[in-house]
Amino acid sequence: MSILVVAEHDNASIKPSTLNTVTAAAALGDDVHMLVAGSGCQSAADAAGAIAGVTKVLKADSAEYEHGLAENVAPLIKAVADGYSHILAPATTFGKNVMPRAAAMLDTQQISDVSGIESADTFERPIYAGNAIATVQSSDPIKLITVRSTAFEPAAEQGGSGAVEDVAATGDAGLSTFVGQELTKSERPELTTARIVISGGRGMQSGDNFPMLEKIADKLGAAVGASRAAVDAGYVPNDYQVGQTGKVVAPDLYIAVGISGAIQHLAGMKDSKVIVAINKDDEAPIFQVADYGWVADLFEAVPELDAELEKSL
Amino acid sequence: MKVLVPVKRVIDYNVKVRVKADNSGVELANVKMAMNPFCEIAVEEAIRLKEAGGADEIVVVSIGGKQTQETIRTGLAMGADRGIHIETDDEVEPLGVAKLLQKVVEEEAPGVVIMGKQAIDGDNNQTGQMLSALLNWSMATFVSKLEISGDEASATREVDGGLETIKLKMPAVVTVDLRLNEPRYASLPNIMKAKKKPIDEKTPADLGVDTAARVKTLKVVEPPAREAGVKVASAAELVEKLKNEAKVIG
Ligand SMILES: Cc1cc2nc3c(=O)[nH]c(=O)nc-3n(C[C@H](O)[C@H](O)[C@H](O)COP(=O)(O)OP(=O)(O)OC[C@H]3O[C@@H](n4cnc5c(N)ncnc54)[C@H](O)[C@@H]3O)c2cc1C
Ligand SMILES: Nc1ncnc2c1ncn2[C@@H]1O[C@H](COP(=O)(O)O)[C@@H](O)[C@H]1O
Repeated sequence: MSILVVAEHDNASIKPSTLNTVTAAAALGDDVHMLVAGSGCQSAADAAGAIAGVTKVLKADSAEYEHGLAENVAPLIKAVADGYSHILAPATTFGKNVMPRAAAMLDTQQISDVSGIESADTFERPIYAGNAIATVQSSDPIKLITVRSTAFEPAAEQGGSGAVEDVAATGDAGLSTFVGQELTKSERPELTTARIVISGGRGMQSGDNFPMLEKIADKLGAAVGASRAAVDAGYVPNDYQVGQTGKVVAPDLYIAVGISGAIQHLAGMKDSKVIVAINKDDEAPIFQVADYGWVADLFEAVPELDAELEKSL
Repeated sequence: MKVLVPVKRVIDYNVKVRVKADNSGVELANVKMAMNPFCEIAVEEAIRLKEAGGADEIVVVSIGGKQTQETIRTGLAMGADRGIHIETDDEVEPLGVAKLLQKVVEEEAPGVVIMGKQAIDGDNNQTGQMLSALLNWSMATFVSKLEISGDEASATREVDGGLETIKLKMPAVVTVDLRLNEPRYASLPNIMKAKKKPIDEKTPADLGVDTAARVKTLKVVEPPAREAGVKVASAAELVEKLKNEAKVIG
């Protein structure tokens, strides 16, 4: 049977986490289809068809899908579900919002945040903030899954030849409407796909001190993240939060500045290849996972690091 | 308006979770339990709604073993009016929980269901979305701001790119994020008062819901451990190591 991936997109292009989801889908079967539900979403559908491994694109192009409202998208997923053994979406706020609603409509127990695929019905997923990894087996006839992007390589954006096929829209459920959004604008790479991430915590003391980290980020081509404490204190916007209940990142290099290393924070970054911690408390738990720990006052250490990078890069 | 708040009893978020030696699950014996932090935020939001005159009754409901009563009492001590305990020793999956909650909603007819976005044990992040689907209600997940006025509500959601605002037709299911509010501590007098508040007892069978598991846990293991590395003493040393040893910067 075929595998369906629900694409996350902005009507023009496909979001990167969808590419990792395609790789997870390809581990389940050869015939990977993609559902693009949007409004004026021809370019996104074309981009979906070009992804290596995608053999068919289902395009539902209608006003009610413009903002990906779950009340409208979930019935569409249900309507096209027949004939698929698995339906996957990235475990982003988009996938987490839409997929369980579709799962309930299909009377299926969704498997969230899958980080490994053992067989067509057996999956690995982190539980308890990643303090344990469960292997679970689903007995549902159709399996709905959200995929932890950091656990799968992204599929190539080119090389596929999936034909785009129109599917009928399911209409506006008339339950919720999109009013507006305040998206964080940044020239820097996206947090979840950046090769390098530098994050600040409560130790930063104020949002006014984050430019210190941004300067380093710009030298390294890095994204900037934060702990929950830094977000709660209003230093940076909510979408900077890394952790159990924020974003999960696994860059080549993660630099934690003024972050203690609570388990909820570690849950979002401990799969990074190399971890650096700068903290003035040599007992901070972050040092237990750091490859390179630097016990120092960040207000001295960060400018020093900046100067050193300036010199040697 | 009546507000229904489903709350879950979980291992306290400060506890270091340990995997059982036989890999059947995590150690729950003699471990400190507490109300799921997101559920506390949901209870708090309901209380604020009532304090502001937007709600007249708050009902907390929880599904779980005998001791789940304690968690319901916690909600009552914070300020909820009464509780419903659906007792079962089985581990009920989000779909099963959603089906039980659907029955409770049908009996209680609340104007809104406010609940956690995620329970920090299974980290599923599903139940609210599922309940909303079963009821065919509107929903807002990951909410950091909620304003209900009459048969409409405005909800601000924390999404990956920033914030999004949607308008909901009431009744609705709302799942809350960390920054919606800061939950209060129950005062001693309120803890005493909570002991007298009623808790209705039911079972899944009473509600006619089949909660048989669809997903079987085959094993639970520790994640690969990360070793602590080395300490550096200067920026020069750190940059040198990142360049030549770890080879992660150019
Ligand atoms: C349900 C729930 C979900 C959560 N989800 C998340 C999540 O997704 N992500 C997350 O991050 N947290 C999350 N948390 C919060 C988490 O438990 C911690 O409270 C939080 O991570 C702490 O942030 P912090 O390390 O920045 O602050 P703190 O723990 O206060 O640490 C600050 C650190 O900065 C150091 N410091 C201070 N000044 C300096 C200086 N001048 N120079 C160098 N170092 C300095 C201190 O030594 C300290 O180690 C969650 C909590 C709960 C209950
Ligand atoms: N056993 C339960 N009893 C009552 N509410 C629950 C239960 N399990 C989950 N919930 C609710 O659903 C939310 C999300 O849980 P989950 O989908 O398991 O991550 C929780 O914050 C609770 O509000």
